[in-house]
Amino acid sequence: MISGIILYTIATIYFGVSFIKDKHKTKEAILNSWKMFHNVLPDLLAIMFFIGLALSLLTPSLISSIIGESSGLLGIIYSTIIGSIALVPSFIVFPLGHTIIQHGAALPQVAVLMSTMMSVGLVTLSMEQKTFGRSFAYARNISAIIMSLIFALIIGVVMT
Amino acid sequence: MKKLKRYRFFFILLLGLLIIAFINQSIAMKTIQITGKSILDMLFLLPPIFILVGLLDQWVKKESLIQYMGEKSGIYGVFFTLLLATVAAGPLYIAFPIAVLLLKKGASVRYIVFFLGAWSTVKLPVLVYELTSFGSKFTLIHICFGLVFYYLTGILFEKIYSKQKLIKYDITKEV
Repeated sequence: MISGIILYTIATIYFGVSFIKDKHKTKEAILNSWKMFHNVLPDLLAIMFFIGLALSLLTPSLISSIIGESSGLLGIIYSTIIGSIALVPSFIVFPLGHTIIQHGAALPQVAVLMSTMMSVGLVTLSMEQKTFGRSFAYARNISAIIMSLIFALIIGVVMT
Repeated sequence: MKKLKRYRFFFILLLGLLIIAFINQSIAMKTIQITGKSILDMLFLLPPIFILVGLLDQWVKKESLIQYMGEKSGIYGVFFTLLLATVAAGPLYIAFPIAVLLLKKGASVRYIVFFLGAWSTVKLPVLVYELTSFGSKFTLIHICFGLVFYYLTGILFEKIYSKQKLIKYDITKEV
């Protein structure tokens, strides 16, 4: 909420300054912003919908039972797979992670789940490919999986 | 018709929801609740981000962006990229069009990879939440390891991918 207000304030100030300096450029900028928004909207709505559906089917207690304290390596693999389905915004990921820990999930497994949720997305891969090309999109997702696994390993060694 | 086709996944999911609603109403209600809330959150957060990106595109000259995020920007580039990546809210796919814009303006591949990595690791708007629910040790490991890892990935990717190859798609063009 606060970050939203800050963002709106900054955007309004820059918009005002830009408008005073050059009306034509500002109009062009807003038109481009609108096109960008329009281009991501269909994917955005579908992804949000998908996440809503996934989160209501995979309840916190169900996820926790799959990746509980004794789930070990298999739990890590499951977390990686579940987390890699779609790119989820961080303001959903952290509260979800917190909830499933309270339901009894283990910390390294939750770490890999949260990290892959924020950085790896199979559903969004087609969109990513359109942007950067196939090879780069795959490489970026693979690197994010590696990062998440090492991160979970460090958490497992240091914190449990 | 072409416009509707872009919403096909949305409609497929809507159909799925209708089927679920017949089987189990409480799951369907929950889906609508979660989806509605996240769509509203997004619609609230996105307009200022896109306006800022639009203005950045019009006002920031290529030469100055090269100075901040180009190949020779050094430690400056790290801080500038970090700032850009962590202040904005939103999921990673919002960062894709922004990354392309930065690439076109002359940012180097290394900082673009770092930008995407930092975006998915550190978000200032939710940092406080991470600290309070997971503790400072967890948060510190997450951020420090993530940033170092993605910076090194950036150096590696810079050797593999040429900038020209990555700029294929124009975010401001109608698809």
